[in-house]
Amino acid sequence: MLEKTYDYDVAVIGAGPAGLAAAIAARKQGAGRVIIIERDRVPGGILNQCIHAGFGLSYFKEELTGPEYAGRFIEQAKEESVELLLDSMVLNIEEEGTIVCSNPKRGMIAIHAGAVVLAMGCRERTRFNIRIPGSRPAGVYTAGAAQRLINRQNEMVGKRIVILGSGDIGMIMARRMTLEGAKVEAVVEIMDYLAGLTRNKVQCLDDFGIPLLLGHTVTRIIGERRVEGVYIAKVDESRRPDLSTEQFIVCDTLLLSVGLMPENELTRSAGIQMSEVTNGPRVNQYMQTSRANIFACGNVVHVNDLADNVSAESELAGRNAARYALGKFCPKSREISCIAGSNIRYVCPQLLSVNDIDNGNSAEEGGEKARLYLRVMKPGAQTVITACCNGQVVAKKNVRRVSPGEMEHIDIQIKALRGTGVKEIKIEAEEGE
Amino acid sequence: MDYKSDIVIIGAGAVGVAIAREFAKYKKKVMVVDKRDDVGGDASKSNSSIICSGFDCPPNTLESRLCLASRAMIDKVVEELDIPFKACGAIMPAFTQEQMNLLPQIYKEAYENQVYDVEYISAKQILEMEPEVNPDVLGGLYIPRDAVIDPFLFVVAEAENAAVNGVEFLLDAEVTDIHVIDGRVRSVETSKGMIETCYVINAAGLFCDEIARMVGEGGDFTVKPRKGQFYILDKNTPCKTSRIIYPIPTPETRGKLLLQTIHGNMLLGPTAEDLEDKDDHSVTAKELEEVEKDCKRLVPNIRVQDTITQYCGLRPNRIPAGFHIGFGEKTEGYFGISGVRSTGISTSLGIAKYVVHLFGEAGISLERNYDFIPIRRGIERFSEANDKRRAKLIRENPLYGRVICRCETVTEAEIVEAIRRPVGAKTVDAVKRRVRAGTGRCQGGFCAPKVIEILARELGIPVTRIRKNLIGSDMLSGMLRKEKEVL
Repeated sequence: MLEKTYDYDVAVIGAGPAGLAAAIAARKQGAGRVIIIERDRVPGGILNQCIHAGFGLSYFKEELTGPEYAGRFIEQAKEESVELLLDSMVLNIEEEGTIVCSNPKRGMIAIHAGAVVLAMGCRERTRFNIRIPGSRPAGVYTAGAAQRLINRQNEMVGKRIVILGSGDIGMIMARRMTLEGAKVEAVVEIMDYLAGLTRNKVQCLDDFGIPLLLGHTVTRIIGERRVEGVYIAKVDESRRPDLSTEQFIVCDTLLLSVGLMPENELTRSAGIQMSEVTNGPRVNQYMQTSRANIFACGNVVHVNDLADNVSAESELAGRNAARYALGKFCPKSREISCIAGSNIRYVCPQLLSVNDIDNGNSAEEGGEKARLYLRVMKPGAQTVITACCNGQVVAKKNVRRVSPGEMEHIDIQIKALRGTGVKEIKIEAEEGE
Repeated sequence: MDYKSDIVIIGAGAVGVAIAREFAKYKKKVMVVDKRDDVGGDASKSNSSIICSGFDCPPNTLESRLCLASRAMIDKVVEELDIPFKACGAIMPAFTQEQMNLLPQIYKEAYENQVYDVEYISAKQILEMEPEVNPDVLGGLYIPRDAVIDPFLFVVAEAENAAVNGVEFLLDAEVTDIHVIDGRVRSVETSKGMIETCYVINAAGLFCDEIARMVGEGGDFTVKPRKGQFYILDKNTPCKTSRIIYPIPTPETRGKLLLQTIHGNMLLGPTAEDLEDKDDHSVTAKELEEVEKDCKRLVPNIRVQDTITQYCGLRPNRIPAGFHIGFGEKTEGYFGISGVRSTGISTSLGIAKYVVHLFGEAGISLERNYDFIPIRRGIERFSEANDKRRAKLIRENPLYGRVICRCETVTEAEIVEAIRRPVGAKTVDAVKRRVRAGTGRCQGGFCAPKVIEILARELGIPVTRIRKNLIGSDMLSGMLRKEKEVL
């Protein structure tokens, strides 16, 4: 047995934007002892390396940098007496919510918690995930790794850069590298539309005259020791490169911004049900996983565009975890599956928990109203998003334009589903008025 | 002269390092030189990780004899040197009547190779043993002693143990010339200085023809690279086999196999592409698609979309083929090894014994070193310890409590030890091969920035001098600000 065990109402894994917001919300909801376990030696997660502005516009109604945005939550966490266990890696979540973690000074620690919130965030897809051919030299970095080296470790990764993928981190790094004196030759995107937010294209690429090549991909990496260049080519409709269009770009660095994957090693080993589409745990509108005492929020569930959205979603998870720990969480009676219909890649939460009698869960907590987040498959102009049960529209929303890179949402009245026997709710997006 | 040694071994791959360790059992001063940053060579680190029983070697050859001899020695060596090894066995399924008709010949050759435990098995037995094998299987062979090893740690462990027993390693040192005076080897010139020596053992693999030419030997052969490309899949991939699954070989190639590595990843490959360029380490889309296609014939549900890395190795393809091991014909003190193509790690232990034997036969005095220490302990892996053991490890060394590689749960203590050991890691890839930091699903995305800092701290050099592997593979282009702010 381990030497040290501690008891908490709520234990949160990860002190990034999700974990901080969840822990603060859990305290505010009345949880007595709340702890965040964080593997880094400082709280803030990925925000610590996001030194650019653009955070907080929706949450704080002002523009902040990543560290500033994190700083506000860290302050609040202190005020709320949230405990922080830094430099600690969670190795396992046992039955009954016991978390086993390692810490250099304190050794192996067991933390018993009434409820657990998973907030481990996500990781970047690599060149191997997308199988880029070529040699394997130094100078191929994921955009996030380069961002850490530059913004936290003060180390520059290269001088002439090609970026594959128009995800937000890729575009932000295009600007960052340029500001540090590197030459960004191009941002190359395999799809014929932008992967990240339009505002990032304007602020990070257009303002700096960095070319964006849509419908192109990197076909080969050249260089045995350090990157000496990359070949790029146009792709056809099935996204296969047309090698007759191959052209060589001299560079010493290739940055990859080719997608993020929720990081769920712990979740899987805890036996929690996963979604094959999001690669995150399946959750209900309370952000509760298939293990009733374990909640999840932020990019561990599905990859968000904005930290502000993560904060809001995580507060919901934190409050419900606190209510669960305090015995105030009404057990679920019936679950409705949220199905991704035409032109929808995924819907999250994947489940709606409905009590056929009013359980007194407030509207805010998802007892009466639930917000479904979704991503479309392909971009479109004026689009109608609908939610249907048995062919009947239960919610409908008009959106001016949609893009897979920008998350949408639709609100569902849970009340209306009570006592109906509905088993699933289908979400669809269709271009038109 | 910058260095002096009785024997210089050129090439720190599986063969060169095994020979070095074998000579350490005698009172000989041995130095191993290699142009790479680390031991482990090229083909020795980029292969299918199989220790072969020798069932499919060309019968009645030196290769076959040495493979058989090595397999007999491996169990003791992996125990002495604490090397991850699993005698998982192999299955060779046949899917057509033509393939079924080839089995008797393979069986016969296994017997000629004295691998007597190869057996026929039925389709039903195959599917019971390996339910993921294509159900169209008609029958096949079972090869019980084909095994998988950690090929990196195999060479690293031998090198560490050789170093503890007095062998010196000169890495990042390219051999530029071998000086012969009066028909006798006198010295080896490298990019790191001159080594005075009486004997040179050429274990340079892919480059052994070029080394041979330096002393006027090897006029009768050349070595061309035969590229093999591989996939490694995520440990979480749902479709796995527990044994090696071999295809039925064709006259051209042994074909593409599947196996579960010693660390639990599925491995698929290799291709066999004959090339000219000895520096071409690129993976190619078309050939990797062939790997996928061929492997799916054996195991249809294998999920190549779960790939976490692709790599390739260059097998030294001697033309004409065949093992050639012995002293030079023209130059005294020169000893050449060539033709070790696909079975380098499988034959290396036998080759080492054979080389030392030939030295003895040649009348070179070999006084036994009875102080030889045969035992080496591996770096204790936090991920494999139970919680009680983990607690003890952290108490004794707090750095065991700090996980650096989250995918493979590798701690700072393990990384530091990999750097500090004899023949320690000096590059990011050398750390990766020793303790697996960066071999997981994020492929170093999270841990490489930290490993760079740990290497710089432990080696006492600036981070800007940290390399991925070879000279010129710098990880960073410079520093940004003068004052470093550490968060």
